[in-house]
Amino acid sequence: MSDRGEIIVRAKQVTKSYDDGRITVLHGVSLEVRAGEVVGLWGASGSGKSTLLHLLGGLDLPDAGTMEVCGLDPTREVDRIELRRHQLGYIFQMHNLIPDLTVEENVRVPALAIGTPRAETAKRVRELADKVDIRHRLHHRIQDLSGGERQRTAICRALMNGPRLLLADEPTGSLDEKTGNTVFALLKEMAEQNNIAILLATHERRFAEQCSRVLRVRDGQLSEI
Amino acid sequence: MRILSLVLVNLLRHRLRAFIGVAGISFGVAAMLTILAIVTGAIGMFERILSTDSHYLVFERNVSDLFFSSVTSDQVASIRERPEVEEAHPMLFGIVAVGDHPMVTCFGIEATDPRLATGEWLAGDRAMFGVRDDTLYLGSRAAEFLAVQAGDEIEVGRGTFRVGGVFKNENGFEDGGVFMPLSMAQDFFQRETASSVVAVKLREESTGPTFKAAVEMDHPGIIALENREFSQSYNSFKILNFTAWAVGICAFCLGGLGVANTMLMSVFSRIREIAVLRVCGFSNRQVTMMIFGEASMIALAGVLVGFGIGFGVLAVMEHTPQFQGYVQASITGSVMVGIVITALFTAVAGAIYPAIYASKVQPAEALRYE
Ligand SMILES: Nc1ncnc2c1ncn2[C@@H]1O[C@H](COP(=O)(O)OP(=O)(O)O)[C@@H](O)[C@H]1O
Ligand SMILES: [Mg+2]
Repeated sequence: MSDRGEIIVRAKQVTKSYDDGRITVLHGVSLEVRAGEVVGLWGASGSGKSTLLHLLGGLDLPDAGTMEVCGLDPTREVDRIELRRHQLGYIFQMHNLIPDLTVEENVRVPALAIGTPRAETAKRVRELADKVDIRHRLHHRIQDLSGGERQRTAICRALMNGPRLLLADEPTGSLDEKTGNTVFALLKEMAEQNNIAILLATHERRFAEQCSRVLRVRDGQLSEI
Repeated sequence: MRILSLVLVNLLRHRLRAFIGVAGISFGVAAMLTILAIVTGAIGMFERILSTDSHYLVFERNVSDLFFSSVTSDQVASIRERPEVEEAHPMLFGIVAVGDHPMVTCFGIEATDPRLATGEWLAGDRAMFGVRDDTLYLGSRAAEFLAVQAGDEIEVGRGTFRVGGVFKNENGFEDGGVFMPLSMAQDFFQRETASSVVAVKLREESTGPTFKAAVEMDHPGIIALENREFSQSYNSFKILNFTAWAVGICAFCLGGLGVANTMLMSVFSRIREIAVLRVCGFSNRQVTMMIFGEASMIALAGVLVGFGIGFGVLAVMEHTPQFQGYVQASITGSVMVGIVITALFTAVAGAIYPAIYASKVQPAEALRYE
């Protein structure tokens, strides 16, 4: 568990371009996120929000700049695995759950990666499912769930190994307004209860406004608003 | 390994695909099992023709196949005179056309040959064997497939012969053969005084080396081999065995390609899923293990099903009258182990490329298209 105020994410002068430098998406971006903070990354579609989250989550490499996430360097393979296994949960717009598997099996995936004993995993799954109110769906396959239920499943999966940071990329983007609000509220609640920092990318102003802090993403730069 | 549970789930998710992989391996297993059983059965039978009650086989040196071997009657006589020898039985092999049957094995033997005494005579008189030179004798299976009885006349090659008797023989090859007196067979095949092999029984088994050395010294053109030595060195057996393994391994390669195909399809269609596993903390090694695990599981299922099919086919063949005696399901433990190892090996080899491909999936790339 992180101390309140501890710095979880620190990025300095991060630059990322695509197509051999023809498209520069991020121009020397710097940011800090502290434990328990819910930080909104707000910007138009194509402004570079996903790119920044990918870099912080170690899914892609920056061209320049330094990053420290939970004390680890996401550009190093060893750190990256440790980061993904224990420190960080990822939530996508399109949930990215594994089809044909049940809710329970999906939620268990991160536990499989670290070899948590079965009984412990089962207990944890039930706890999480209760918190996001998906317990009655545990044995249903992903195909049979509504969009909101899928996203709640994805939240459980992201929380499975007790991360300190959630990277949420448009988590409400594929949901209707009401469900989107519920999921967003749930995320915030989880963060507060468990002292988890959230970096949440969204293009919707109403969600950005509910974050503890908002960073505007525009022209490859971040500005606090 | 906890990942195993995921392996099983993955296979069950794509049953048809997994089934195709399993089918490929099981056909390979079944083919190999059947071919090896038949070949080893046939070799065993041939060995028993030669080794009936004998210790040594004498035949022409450096001959590629016993059908071409020639030991003259003088040589037979000199072997018989040796003090170590209790009995020596020359035998001439040939292939004849009988009626519509183009390939029937013909055995030229002397009237004193033990197989005449040990056979169960269903018709005719064994004492008459060799008395008349227009008469031949049939194994009971030969009589059955040629549909003739004792006393009938049959066309063999360009001649017409009377069937003097029918006797049942334990050995499948012999029971499907035509028997003639040796001298008649030598005339028929124009082999002068030759026989193909001489089966020699010694008074004392321990005098074997002396006997062997003496025969080879007296007659540089012929060779004497102990029965066991013979089956290990006889070229035709080696070729048969080699062919069986070669055909079996080819069948397996096809099975391996099946697994490769199954696994490639499976990896290609799950790129996004594999990226998600990586994001959830799976290492490259774990992803690779998962793919190999799936392939091995397919191979194991294939082996089980393949043994089922193979033993089923052999059981049916053993009870089919046409094959009676020819097919002997003699499967040794080492053959079974060989088959299992080959199956696992081909499946794992088939999964190498898919596994490498899976471990190279770049999460950011795979997840970008939403
Ligand atoms: N792998 C890539 N290759 C080329 N261009 C890319 C790649 N990934 C992202 N981009 C481009 O970078 C820009 C930012 O993309 P992204 O980070 O996905 O934006 P957002 O998430 O804010 O909508 C877009 O113009 C997109 O086309
Ligand atoms: Mg995006």
